[in-house]
Amino acid sequence: MPEKTTKYVGKAVRKKDSLQLLLGKPVYTSDVAPKGALVVQLLRSPHANAIVKTIDTTIARKVPGVVDIYTWQDVPNQRYTNAGQTYPEPSPYDRLILDRHLRFVGDPVAIIAAENEKAAHKAKKLIKVEYEVLDAVLDFRTAKDNPTLVHPEEDWLPLCDVGGDNHRNLVASGEEKDGDVEDVLAGCDIVLDHTYHTRAVNQAMMETFRTYTDLDRYGRLHVLSSTQIVFHCRRILSRALGIPKSRIRVEKPRIGGGFGAKQTSVSEVYPAFVTMKTGRPAMIVYTREESQIAGSPRHEMEVRVRLGADKDGRIRALDLYTLSNSGAYGEHGPTTVGLSGHKSIPLYTGSLEAFRFRYDVVYTNLQAAGAYRGYGATQGIFAVESIVNELAEKLHIDPTELRDRNMVRQGMTMPAYYNEPANACALDRCMARCREIFDWEHRYPVRDMGNGKVRAAGVAMAMQGSGISGVDVGSATIKLSEDGTYNLVIGAADMGTGCDTILAQMAADCLDCPVEDVAVFSADTDVSPYDSGSYASSTTYVTGKAVEKACTELIDHICTIGAELLGCDAAGVTFEGDCVRAADGRTASLTDIAYKAQVSNNCAAEVTATHSSPISPPPFMVGMAEIELDKLTGEVRVLEYDAVVDCGTPVNPALARVQTEGGIAQGIGMTLTENVTYNAAGKPIESSFMQYKVPTRLDVGHLHVEFESSYEPTGPFGAKSIGEIVINTPAPAIAHAIMRATGVWHRELPITPEVIAMGEPDQA
Amino acid sequence: MEIKLQLNGRAVRVPDVDPDTTLYDFLRAQGCASVKCGCETSNCGLCTVFLDDVPVLSCSMLAARAAGHKVTTLEGLQAEAEEFVGFIADQGADQCGFCNPGFVMNTIALLRENPDPTDEEIKAYLSGNLCRCSGYEGQLRGIRRFLDSRNSRKEVPHA
Ligand code: FES
Ligand code: FES
Repeated sequence: MPEKTTKYVGKAVRKKDSLQLLLGKPVYTSDVAPKGALVVQLLRSPHANAIVKTIDTTIARKVPGVVDIYTWQDVPNQRYTNAGQTYPEPSPYDRLILDRHLRFVGDPVAIIAAENEKAAHKAKKLIKVEYEVLDAVLDFRTAKDNPTLVHPEEDWLPLCDVGGDNHRNLVASGEEKDGDVEDVLAGCDIVLDHTYHTRAVNQAMMETFRTYTDLDRYGRLHVLSSTQIVFHCRRILSRALGIPKSRIRVEKPRIGGGFGAKQTSVSEVYPAFVTMKTGRPAMIVYTREESQIAGSPRHEMEVRVRLGADKDGRIRALDLYTLSNSGAYGEHGPTTVGLSGHKSIPLYTGSLEAFRFRYDVVYTNLQAAGAYRGYGATQGIFAVESIVNELAEKLHIDPTELRDRNMVRQGMTMPAYYNEPANACALDRCMARCREIFDWEHRYPVRDMGNGKVRAAGVAMAMQGSGISGVDVGSATIKLSEDGTYNLVIGAADMGTGCDTILAQMAADCLDCPVEDVAVFSADTDVSPYDSGSYASSTTYVTGKAVEKACTELIDHICTIGAELLGCDAAGVTFEGDCVRAADGRTASLTDIAYKAQVSNNCAAEVTATHSSPISPPPFMVGMAEIELDKLTGEVRVLEYDAVVDCGTPVNPALARVQTEGGIAQGIGMTLTENVTYNAAGKPIESSFMQYKVPTRLDVGHLHVEFESSYEPTGPFGAKSIGEIVINTPAPAIAHAIMRATGVWHRELPITPEVIAMGEPDQA
Repeated sequence: MEIKLQLNGRAVRVPDVDPDTTLYDFLRAQGCASVKCGCETSNCGLCTVFLDDVPVLSCSMLAARAAGHKVTTLEGLQAEAEEFVGFIADQGADQCGFCNPGFVMNTIALLRENPDPTDEEIKAYLSGNLCRCSGYEGQLRGIRRFLDSRNSRKEVPHA
């Protein structure tokens, strides 16, 4: 294996911003935005589907401190998407900054700019709106071909052919297959057919959406925002506002969590519009309620799975149909749905003879969905891993053994994953190791504790990708400074994940220097080299490779300058980290080379390199949950969650571990407590943390994470990815454990105590 | 209204505070950027500050109620925080960091009240401090390592 010896890669290096964060220094958007900006607030629709008949702002404008109020009449009429995706975006252009047609409870009706919060609040109450309330599409199962159209407008614009049709409430639709699934199913000993439902859970990052904007010293629009996608954000604003990209600069400071939420430009356009109108600095900070009801949550999905197997547990066919609810706008709709099949079916490449994957993505009059860690894979894996557990129960085969017989293994080609190769796959070792650390043999059997409580266990596997193959672009600029230290400039966005640090670790190993000598800066569209942004688990794998390339090229440049200094041929010198050595043993120090680069020099002491990958190597994972269930109340406590992850080389095991633990905790929340419901008029109920229960530290049990490394030949230092896969196993593993404890399969999340206490065993 | 209080050891007098100003807004306006807001509804613990050395949720308390009292934010507890936050950093548990100030404040309160807590006591005391990134386990490991290292230093004074 071409494994390099490393000093930093593979080590638990502290995050570069650790102490700033832990000591509460001012590093986030609200902390660094200059004071005195106009307060921007939005009047939001109280109706799920309505037309603004009349809107009168005269009285509201009279409130002292109100600077201006904008309505649908004031904004450009060019449709755009908020989705942070590579152009041409698969998400349809279906938004206006303010639209006369309001499509969900929370859709913005007016933008208020005021000197202070109180004035903005007051004005909001004084805007008089007459609504024509329309029938709303609130159940996504009835959306397709519903006579009520969410987007009846003629200027609805899809840039890509993803099978969408606004006259059918369709954002996208499609079908993929390999082999004849019906044929294989017909020949199977056992066919299971079940439907699994997951809701539009919220990322609930602790820092809500927020953006500050002003005009810079060249009169350009300057945007300071908590975003994962500075470059996409610039493009989105350019189209929405109708101004050239060169007139916009987007930068991000530290981000208080993203998890995909900030891969959509949720809040940027409003203050940007105000700044363009007034010429004044403007700022919007979403309340928690706004983040809950008008953010960019997970796509609600219903996945119907038909699984065909032999009596001996050979899984021969999988047939998936996913119905995805994109809500009022199409952001990430056409793409998230794909992962529900692409990241679930290939887990069973080992035995599958045929598969089919069909999907519809529909518009409804509910909050628009977006990107949330896992991005559709989470929903698909809940379905497929659950039905595999159902199969194991039916056949009385241990579910871990059943998976051993069917799982994808290293060296296989995955037909359900664009025929990509499993170059590096330690899924089998993950399963073996997890069984061992969890003590599966003893914990899997159901144990009645004699006090009305039952202990039981469940298991699930998962995969994800590492970047979007053939699309994502990562870049890195690396510069040598006079004292022989380096600056690494990237366009990827560290949102707490630690990518600034792991990329510096890679650079330090490439350049053979202390990691402290690599200063990292990200991300600013004026300064950073182009990067798609931090999403799709791309940063380690794609941007990491760009860092590696940039360092290799910079070493060449350093050698060239050093050779000139030494008066010899560049081909004859070697780079030794702190110096360049000529064949005769003479050396030029890095400092001398850096100074030489500033005097009579034609070779830049800096390099920008770009990388894109034709494949997206999947990380793999196994998770096992032990729960204690109260038979009387239906209360479930997670006692232990063990996971073993194959992320290729864990570049920073401490950060990879915490990513995993954090993802598991989110998965536990999605499974047990985080509910999303609406009243009959389509108004969201769980609009605050009082109702939307993210797990506390008493709710997650003991988490134990280990790594089974593989070596991905196309990744930097053998790395794949870690950020998203980690949220995928809890739902199916815990649902499995609950079934073991109660005899009831719950195929809809969240599985609350009420649902458990009322649960009836299946007739099937 | 005018509000006088002691903020991080310094006397502060602010005229013209609206009576409905929360302590959170008041402190941010005073430049205490460490104080964060995650929920506005007393559910997340990010806005934790000390009122007369007792942790309170500043999002849900009027600034007027703090008048005449001693208010402490993380800005005023840097040295005490520095004693243990490195152990959290070593776990990589700082993550996005947005919950960190509230978490650090409440951990300081815990350790002042109970210098040698068990894991269960730590979890119970900090249960009101949400963190969406870390899954909590790394925060617990960090505190545990800190306590272990402090206790071992105590046991071997000449080491
Ligand atoms: S902001 Fe005060 S508890 Fe959440
Ligand atoms: S570190 Fe992000 S919320 Fe705790």
